[in-house]
Amino acid sequence: MRILVVGGGTGGTIVANNLARRLAGEIRARKARITMLSASDRHMYQPGLLYVAFGQMMPDELYRDQASLLETCIDFHVDPVEQFQLDQNQVRTKSGRIHEYDVLVIATGSRIVPEEIPGLAEGAETFYTEESAVKMFKSLREFQGGKLAIVVGVPHKCPIAPVEVTFALHDYFKARGIRDKVEMKYHYPINRIHSIENVAKWAKPEFDRIGVEYETLFNVKEVDVKNKIVKSEEGTETEYDLLISIPAHRGMEVIEKDKLGVGGWIPTDRHQLTMEGHDNVYVLGDTTNLPVSKTGSAAHFEAEVVAENIASIMKIGAPVREYDGKVYCFIEAGHDRATYAMFNYKNPPDLKPPNKSMHWFKMSYNQMYWTSVRGLL
Amino acid sequence: MSESKIIDACNTYCPGPLMELITYMKQAKVGDTLELLSTDNGTANDVPEWINKVGHEMVSSEKVGEVWHLKVRKTK
Repeated sequence: MRILVVGGGTGGTIVANNLARRLAGEIRARKARITMLSASDRHMYQPGLLYVAFGQMMPDELYRDQASLLETCIDFHVDPVEQFQLDQNQVRTKSGRIHEYDVLVIATGSRIVPEEIPGLAEGAETFYTEESAVKMFKSLREFQGGKLAIVVGVPHKCPIAPVEVTFALHDYFKARGIRDKVEMKYHYPINRIHSIENVAKWAKPEFDRIGVEYETLFNVKEVDVKNKIVKSEEGTETEYDLLISIPAHRGMEVIEKDKLGVGGWIPTDRHQLTMEGHDNVYVLGDTTNLPVSKTGSAAHFEAEVVAENIASIMKIGAPVREYDGKVYCFIEAGHDRATYAMFNYKNPPDLKPPNKSMHWFKMSYNQMYWTSVRGLL
Repeated sequence: MSESKIIDACNTYCPGPLMELITYMKQAKVGDTLELLSTDNGTANDVPEWINKVGHEMVSSEKVGEVWHLKVRKTK
């Protein structure tokens, strides 16, 4: 069985390592082969970008060599896919090479698209790339006070990020002794301050307590950079001196170009994680169109299901597991407290009060991630 | 030519039905109809509130068994 994994992020790396262990015997006997194609020779711990934006982590702490994270039997190439030829069970890469497969796993992730909102790329700070997180830190450092607005695009990776960055901003300005000079206003696309009802119920009184104003049903339409005004699709506007954006995301360009899914999101079976109409193609993480959070955690749990099923199909001819929609998200409630949200398709998240222990668990997980992505945790 | 699309947001908590609708509304063309399926009772109020505020058209809203069917049309 030729297994081709496209994408070397969280989902792709976990599925490849998990499969390498489950099929170790078959790989030694040359009955199975795992190939990974990625756009980069480095692997980034993306949740760390939030810490970079506040000067709490340096960018180089976020990276490991991708090859060092993979089981040695995985045939790894830095050669991104430029064309999916699903009808022929093959892909063509940037180097022009053709890779044929029996089973394909697509885990290409997502990208920010601030350029789709007029003025947003020029007018707002964000932290979803290394470059932007460093730039945001420098802007925060220079900020001496005034109106700070936080806006949120749809869809976006890491749904907890809007509240996390708000609490972090409050703590950051408080530590600098200028919190009383900063008017913070939070804007959110739906009619409560977070998509998870229990998070909204918890965060609202917290925002009131720390003096964060909020406006709901605010979907960014454009940013007037010259006059420093952000305008909503709903007809309202907010003046700002510093604008922080959680930008909208799309799937990768190759997914859209090859018409695998509108917006770059591939139609995916919510339990089997197969691409609709293609039983030998699995989709993981941000790349799916599933109505679940675009997080590393979802990609992780999906990867375990996909790996177990591909292995069982090879061993007994049938899949053995279904994805139940499981997601686990840490929620940083500032610089020294945290909580978490865990849920699946059937059970809503039950939020516990933030505490210091959970914050330190999150700090530990920032290092444990490298064990997790190797498929050991 | 306008199109119709069904968005299955049943049994989801994050990003949730309204966020799913906003995602697909951004991808839709003016005149397209979107039908949102949701098992969350709050959706029956949340969707009309947003649709009215943003200025799209609420076509219909009904509960069939445990599932809300909310049909909207993109108008701008």
